[in-house]
Amino acid sequence: MRLLAALALVLAAPAALAQGYAGLGAEPQEGYAEVRPDREIRFPEDHGPHPEFRIEWWYVTANLEDAEGRAYGLQWTLFRSALRPASSTGGGGEGWASPQFWMAHAAVTSADQHLSAERFARGGIGQAGVAGVPFSAHLDDWRFESTTPAPDAPFAPLHLSARGEDFAYDLTLATDAPPVLQGEAGYSVKSDLGQASHYYSQPFFEAEGTLVIEGREREVRGRAWMDREWSTQPLAPGQSGWDWFALRFGDDTAVMLYRLRQDDGNHYLTGNWIGRDGRSESLGRNTVSMTPLERTDIDGRAVPTHWRIEIPSRDVTIETVPLNAQSWMDTSFEYWEGPIRFAGSHEGVGYLEMTGY
Amino acid sequence: MSRPASPAGVLRWTLATLLSHWWRSPIQLAALVVGLSVATALWSGVQALNAEARASYDRAAEAFGSRLPRLEPVGASRFDQSAYVALRRAGWPVTPVLEGTVSPDHAAPDPAPLRLIGIDPLTMPAGAGLVLDAPDAAEDDGENGDGFAEFILPPHRTYAAAETMRALGLGEGAVPRLADGPALPPLSLRPRLSPGLLVVDVGAAQTVLQAPDALSYLLIAPGGTAGLAAPKDVTDIPLRRSQPEGAGDLDRLTESFHMNLTAFGLLAFLVGLFIVNAAIGLAFEQRRTMFRTLRATGVSAGMLAGALGLEMVVLALGAGLLGLVGGYGVAAALLPDVAASLRGLYGADVPGSLGLRPGWWAAGLAMSVAGAMLAAGQSLWRAYTMPLLAAAGPQAWAEAQRRWLRRQGLVALGVALVALALPLTGLSGLMAGFGQLAGLLLAAALLLPVLLAGLLGAAERLAAPGLGRWFWADSRQQLPGLSLALMALLLALGVNIGVGTMVGSFRATFTHWLDDRLAAEVYFRAADTAEARRMTDWLEARDEVAAVLPNWRAEARLEGWPVDVYGFTDDPLYRTRWPLLAELPQVWDRIAAGEAALVSEQLAYRLDLAPGERIALPGAEGRLEAVVGGIYADYGNPKGQMRVDLALLLQHWPDVEQRAFGVRLDGAPAAPLVADMRETFGLGEDRLRDNETLKALSLRIFERTFVVTGALNTLTLGVAGIALLTSLVTLSGLRLPSLAPVWALGVTRRSLGLMELGKMLALALFTGLIAIPLGLGIAWMLVAVINVEAFGWRLPLTLFPLDWARLLALAVLTAGLAAALPLWRLARMAPARLVAVFASAR
Repeated sequence: MRLLAALALVLAAPAALAQGYAGLGAEPQEGYAEVRPDREIRFPEDHGPHPEFRIEWWYVTANLEDAEGRAYGLQWTLFRSALRPASSTGGGGEGWASPQFWMAHAAVTSADQHLSAERFARGGIGQAGVAGVPFSAHLDDWRFESTTPAPDAPFAPLHLSARGEDFAYDLTLATDAPPVLQGEAGYSVKSDLGQASHYYSQPFFEAEGTLVIEGREREVRGRAWMDREWSTQPLAPGQSGWDWFALRFGDDTAVMLYRLRQDDGNHYLTGNWIGRDGRSESLGRNTVSMTPLERTDIDGRAVPTHWRIEIPSRDVTIETVPLNAQSWMDTSFEYWEGPIRFAGSHEGVGYLEMTGY
Repeated sequence: MSRPASPAGVLRWTLATLLSHWWRSPIQLAALVVGLSVATALWSGVQALNAEARASYDRAAEAFGSRLPRLEPVGASRFDQSAYVALRRAGWPVTPVLEGTVSPDHAAPDPAPLRLIGIDPLTMPAGAGLVLDAPDAAEDDGENGDGFAEFILPPHRTYAAAETMRALGLGEGAVPRLADGPALPPLSLRPRLSPGLLVVDVGAAQTVLQAPDALSYLLIAPGGTAGLAAPKDVTDIPLRRSQPEGAGDLDRLTESFHMNLTAFGLLAFLVGLFIVNAAIGLAFEQRRTMFRTLRATGVSAGMLAGALGLEMVVLALGAGLLGLVGGYGVAAALLPDVAASLRGLYGADVPGSLGLRPGWWAAGLAMSVAGAMLAAGQSLWRAYTMPLLAAAGPQAWAEAQRRWLRRQGLVALGVALVALALPLTGLSGLMAGFGQLAGLLLAAALLLPVLLAGLLGAAERLAAPGLGRWFWADSRQQLPGLSLALMALLLALGVNIGVGTMVGSFRATFTHWLDDRLAAEVYFRAADTAEARRMTDWLEARDEVAAVLPNWRAEARLEGWPVDVYGFTDDPLYRTRWPLLAELPQVWDRIAAGEAALVSEQLAYRLDLAPGERIALPGAEGRLEAVVGGIYADYGNPKGQMRVDLALLLQHWPDVEQRAFGVRLDGAPAAPLVADMRETFGLGEDRLRDNETLKALSLRIFERTFVVTGALNTLTLGVAGIALLTSLVTLSGLRLPSLAPVWALGVTRRSLGLMELGKMLALALFTGLIAIPLGLGIAWMLVAVINVEAFGWRLPLTLFPLDWARLLALAVLTAGLAAALPLWRLARMAPARLVAVFASAR
C-alpha cells in the first residue's frame, strides 16, 4: 500500500493535508480510467505503465546485511502522476507537453544513518519512463530493469540501482516465486466508500550487490519486496495518512498490513496473508489489530515507530522495532520509511511506511 | 519670588525665543530650508540611483544560470535535446535551457526585444538563480490556476516582472503577441525576475521560437560530476563545458560610473551647504543681541548652544524630509536615462522604476542633519564662547578683511599642496583622482575672495576719486558677506565648464572614431556555423560585395579581468581605416603573420603595455603569445579587448563561434543588400545591421550616458543661483548702514540701486572669468586623470569657447536675477528707513 503521489508537488502541503495526504483524497477528475474489481491483472503486461490512471508506482524495499552482519535497509521508488487525463491534452501531449510527471525516491538506512535522494522528470522526452516487456523502469540513471533485455525474457532477475549525494547502490534481484495479488485478486479497497487501487506485490526477491555509503563500499545480501499499484483516487475524504507494514515470516510467508487513518478515529485496517506459491488471503478489519507502542520525536512530529501487531486467526502477536527510528524521508514530500525487525510469536524483518505525520 | 525654572522649562522658553527670530525673518528661514533640502535632494537622489542600480546588479549576479557551469554546443547556437536526455540517463545533473529573443508586436508601448528563456522547473537546481515566487506565495498552490502544472502544460504561462509587463502594455493573464511567430503563453506576474526577461517552460519556448526539440545549453547543477562518463562518450552531439562569466564583473565594471555619480552628488550637496552656512551665519549675527539678553537672564552658555543645536536638528529634519521627497523626484526623473546607459554600456538590467529603501531615508536624513550641523558649527561655537558683555567696538573692517583674506589664501595654498601631494601618500587610482579634484575645487573656492579682492582693489586704484572709487571699495567691503555665495557660483560654473568640455571632447572624438571603427557597411551574426557558411557563400557570389570579413570572438580572463579576443583577416579596410593610437612599423603585416596583436587602450593601460612589448593570455588550447603591435581606442567598452589574426585565434580557440561577420562593399549602397539578406536568411534586427544603424545606436547610448551628468550640472548651477539670491536678500538689510551715508550725500535711491546691481554683476563677471581656468583645470583632471583611472582611456581635449561665453552670460544673468529682489526693495524703500540708520547706529 504505497499511496505517495507526485501530485504532492503540485499542491502546497497545507492544502493537501486538508484534503487527505498528498491530495489523494481529492475528488476524482473526469477522464481517468476507473479502478474496477473485474479488471484482471495480467503478466508481464501489467509490469508496465498505465498512463490512463492518475497515479502509479514501482516500489522496492530491501532488508540487507553486510559480511559483518550489520543490517541495512534500502528503498527505490518511481512514481508516475498524470497532471491531466492523458486524453484531455487535445493531441498535444507529446514531448515536453506530456502530462506525465515522474518522481523517484531512493534511500539507504543503517542503524545510525538514513540517507535519501529524490529526482524529478517530465514524461514525453525519454528522461524517465517504464516499459513492460522487456521490463525497464528508469528516471535519469536510476534503474530497475530486467537483466536480459529480450522480448521473451523473464521479468526477473532484475537490476536495481540509484545514487544520491552520499550513497549509491547496485543490486541484483532474483526470484522463482510468482507475483502475489493483493486485496481481492489485485483489487485493493481503501475505504468503506469504495476507493480502491489495483495492487500486486513480489515479496520474495533474493537480493545481492553493493552498497556505498559515504564512499565506503560494502557487499550486501538479503531480501527485497516489490509493490506495484495504480489508481485514480485511492483515498477517501477524511483519510489523512496511513501506516503500512511489509513483514516477512521466514522464507515462505509474508504479511502485508496497513491502517488508513480516518479523521473520525474509525481507521480502515486491511492486509493479506501471502504464501510463496502465490496464494494470498485477505485479512479483514476485524481480524487484525495495530497498536502504536512508542513514539519518536522527529523535528517536532510524534511518529509511532514501535508497534504491536496482532492477527489472532493466525496466532500472531509481535512487536516491531525500527532499525533506525529516524528513518525520515527528507524529500519534497516527507514521510517515514525504514527497515524494521520484529519478535514475539514470530521473528523476522520487514519495512514500515508512515505518512501524514 | 518664583522658584528657579527647571532645565526643561528653561530649554522650552529659550527655544521659543530663538525660534521667534524665524517668524520675523521668513526669507532667512526659506533660504535655510531651501538650501538644506536642495542639498539633501541632490545627494539623496544620486544615492537612490546608485542603490537602485546596485540592487539590480545583485539581482543580475543572482541571475539565471550566471553562477553555474554550462555545457554548450560547439559550432552552433542550438542542439538537439536528445543529448540532454542521454546525459541525464548517464547521471549528469543538467537542466535544459532554450534561449532566444522575441520582439513584441507593434501594439506594445516599448517595442524593444525581450529575452526569452525556456526552462524545465523539474530539473532546475535551486542555485540556478530564477526566483519564480508568485506575488503572494500563499496563493501559489494551484488553486488559482497559476501553479506548476499550468506552467509546464499547454497553454503554459509566461512569467515576467511587473516592469516587463508594463513594457508589453499587458496585464496578468493577457497573451502577448509577437512581431512574428506564435503568441507567448498567458502572462503571470513573478516580481523577482529581472526586467526584460520572459520565462516559459522549455516546451513552450520551443514552440514560440519555432525550434522543435532544440536547446541552447545545459546548466550543470552544483554537486559535482566526478565519476560520470564524459559528454562525448554519452552523445554524438559536440558539447563543451564553459565556466560562468563572472557576474560580479558588473559591480566592478560599473564602479567608476557610480563613483562619478557620487562625486557629483557630493559636490551638489556641498554647494547646498554654502547656502545653509550663509543663512545660519546671518541668523547668528542678527540674533546676537537676543543671545546676550538670554544669557543675561540666566541661560547658561551650554543651554544656549544646546538650544541652538536642537533648533538646527529640528530644522534639518524638516528640510531633510522635504529634500528626500525632492531627491526621490530627481532620481525617478533620471533613472530611465541611467538605466539606459547602464544597459547600453555594461549590459546591466536596471529597472526603470524606483524602489524605496528604508536605509535610504535614514541615510538622507542623517546627511541632512550632519550637513546642517557642519554648516552651523562655527555659529554654535561662537554662541558658546560669546562673552556676556562684549564691547560693540567700531568695525575696523579693512584690517579685519586683510587678515581674513590672508588666512583664506594660506588655507587655499595648504589645500592645493595637500591635493598635489595626494599621490605621494600612497592613495592612488580613482580615489586619488577624485581627491585631487576635490582639492582643486576647494582651493579655488578659498582663493576666490583673495583674487576678487585683488581685482576690485586694482579697479579701485584705477577709478576716479569719489563715487567711482566708493563703488569698488564698497564692492570689496561686501566680499565677506557674499564670498560663500560667490564660491558656490564659482564651483558650479567651473564644474559646468569642466564637464561640458569633457563631454564635448568625448562626443567629437567618439563620433569620428565610430566612423572609422564601423568602416564595413554591413554587420551580421549567423545562427550557427552552417548558416554562416551559406551566408558567406551567398555574399561572395554578389557583385557589390568586396569582402566578407570574419569577426570572431573568444572570451578570456587576464588577471581576473574579462578580455575579448577577436580574430580578423587582413583587409585594406583595416589598413586604411582602423584608427590606432600607437603602433609599430609594418604593424598590419606583422599581425597578418600572426606575430603581433592589437590591444585596446584600456587593456594596454591596465597591463601597462606599450607597442613592442609582449602579451600572453591563456587560450582554450595553449597560451596565446604575441607582440603588442598597436594600441587602439575602444571607448565605452568596460572589458579589455585584443585583436589577432584569425588563424592565431583559431589555433588557440578551435571551438570559437564562427558566426559574426562584417561585409565591405565596393561603394554600392548597403540598404538593398541588407533587405536581400533579411529576405533570404530571415535575419532580424538583432542579427543584421548596417553601419549607419549601428552608429546611431552607439551615439544614442552615448548621449544618454551624459544626460545624468548634464542634469546634475544644471541643478548645481541652480543651487548656486539660490545661494546667491539668499545671500543678497539677507545682506540687503545689513547693507543699509553702508548705503544710508551715500544716500545722505545726495545719490538717489535709483542710482544707488543701479550701482548695487552693477557691483553684483561685476562680482559675478569676475567670478565667471575665474571659473574658466578652473573649469579647464577640472576638464583636464577629468580627461587625463579621472577618465583614465575610471575607464582606461584618454581623450584629446577640445576647447569650446562659445560654451564659456554662454556660461558667463548665464552667471551674470543669475547674479542679476538674484540681485533683483533686494534692489527692488531698496528702490522702494521709504527714505525714513534710511534716515533711521543714523538714529540707531548699531
